[in-house]
Amino acid sequence: MSARTPIIEATNLDKFYGPFHALKNIDITVHQGEKMVICGPSGSGKSTLIRCFNGLEWHNSGKLVVDGVEVYQGSKDILKLRQEVGMVFQQFNLFPHLTVLENLTIGPMKVRKIGQAEAVKTARQYLDRVHIPEQADKYPAQLSGGQQQRVAIARSLCMESRIMLFDEPTSALDPEMINEVLDVMVELVDTGMTMVVVTHEMGFARKVADTMVFMEEGHIIEVSPPEQFFTNPSSERCRLFLDQILAH
Amino acid sequence: MSNFIQRLRWADYLILAVIVVFFGYIWITIDGTLNYKWRWHLIPNYIIGWHSGREEYFANLLLQGLGATFRISIYASVLALALGIILGVARCSANLTIRMLARTYLEFLRNIPPVVVVFIFFFFLSQQLIDALNLERWSRGIARQEDNGIWEFFFGEMRRFPSLISGVIVLALFESAFVGEIVRAGIQSIPKGQGEAARSIGMSRFQELRYIILPQAFKKVLPPMANQFITLIKDSAIISLISVQELTFKTVELVASSRMIFEAWITTAAFYFIVCFGLSRIFARLEKGAEKA
Ligand SMILES: Nc1ncnc2c1ncn2[C@@H]1O[C@H](COP(=O)(O)OP(=O)(O)O)[C@@H](O)[C@H]1O
Ligand SMILES: [Mg+2]
Repeated sequence: MSARTPIIEATNLDKFYGPFHALKNIDITVHQGEKMVICGPSGSGKSTLIRCFNGLEWHNSGKLVVDGVEVYQGSKDILKLRQEVGMVFQQFNLFPHLTVLENLTIGPMKVRKIGQAEAVKTARQYLDRVHIPEQADKYPAQLSGGQQQRVAIARSLCMESRIMLFDEPTSALDPEMINEVLDVMVELVDTGMTMVVVTHEMGFARKVADTMVFMEEGHIIEVSPPEQFFTNPSSERCRLFLDQILAH
Repeated sequence: MSNFIQRLRWADYLILAVIVVFFGYIWITIDGTLNYKWRWHLIPNYIIGWHSGREEYFANLLLQGLGATFRISIYASVLALALGIILGVARCSANLTIRMLARTYLEFLRNIPPVVVVFIFFFFLSQQLIDALNLERWSRGIARQEDNGIWEFFFGEMRRFPSLISGVIVLALFESAFVGEIVRAGIQSIPKGQGEAARSIGMSRFQELRYIILPQAFKKVLPPMANQFITLIKDSAIISLISVQELTFKTVELVASSRMIFEAWITTAAFYFIVCFGLSRIFARLEKGAEKA
């Protein structure tokens, strides 16, 4: 992380679900190549925040600029932006009617209009990268949860996006599969890609995070480098939360 | 079979007896009181007739009608499917106006008697369309040609082509609302995460539907869609009201000219039953096969 160029900039972001105030006056900047880990209790707005980053949810007020593009409902540039912002979901969300290989090539082919041969080549490369080259022709339902999530990561990688958002990528996995997914994510760190990861895997966070973020009830409570975050968080709430999850 | 008989109770016998008495009574009324003369032996001739002059068999009224019913049902299904997909997608649109329009169309069809709907579609839409496209003249031209066999195979008598097209359009418009509901249910049965994943790799709404949502929805709606096809075949009888020469219309014609009221209607009922019941059995079997696979 050399040049500190902002790639995601949120200022005064507010988000409502009907009367419910889900994000409250959020200010946050993610820099190019930065690895940011967001944690906080369930329902604190973590998913909502990163889903705003690629326009799966729309903020109601404030300003959000991602990769030089202003994000707002009805923006003509949002489709283009989403090609640059990959997302990995808690529930994998693989396309069940397509094979693993087709899951990986459909984006590049239909969205980026890349030829099939090249798309397949890239897809196989990324399947290698997530260590499941032999599963290319299976359907998602034939894979274990850990394998499915690795395919989902590969699907995002195939779009060669500059930013990757992870929404609790290991929360739906059986414990013995968590590490295979985290390992793949750790390997991505060296690629220089910008990563925003919502997770409670604090071992992973210590290893890769440049910045730790703690959210509660729609507020960002704490933003600090991991050394400080884990040893001496400035807020009492954050300390309590860490005690709770690190106790396990 | 003997197993079945063993399982019958006295109540079942009572019900059977009531049914037998009921039909026996109707039989006696028709046979005795009305002094009706059954002429079943004439019916086959109205299915496949023998042309003594040309010395060859030809499809007579009932078979002609059945053929037309098949053609109309197939074309109308294809058209209804296309319209139904548009309607179903419109029902799930993010745009409120589009959703409301599709909803209004559905509510109209649900709350107006089918007979009235058919007349309205006929006079307001399909007639205008046929006039606008000048289909009358076009089809008469083809009817006069010598080698129009291929046309006749697909569309029956070419002089009646505009009427057939009317029937197809009216029937398709009528069924499209129900196909649309099936499509909507299919789309809504796909988990939200699928659309989100599609959008997160930059797909447009159209690509999302085309590559991700509809292919999955279609697998789910195949059984209700097959049922709707059978329903459409039955519903096709209603377009006899606008003089489309399908099975029911031909039966009316036959009854008018031959006075074989009961034979003709029973035969026609049997045709519809065999086709619809047969299809439902076939679809059920295909569905079972697909489940196993
Ligand atoms: N689509 C929605 N409609 C209404 N409320 C929602 C919706 N999505 C999330 N919420 C609410 O917003 C709050 C934040 O949700 P979320 O961002 O998913 O939290 P987290 O990911 O931190 O667990 C929760 O209270 C949740 O109930
Ligand atoms: Mg969440």
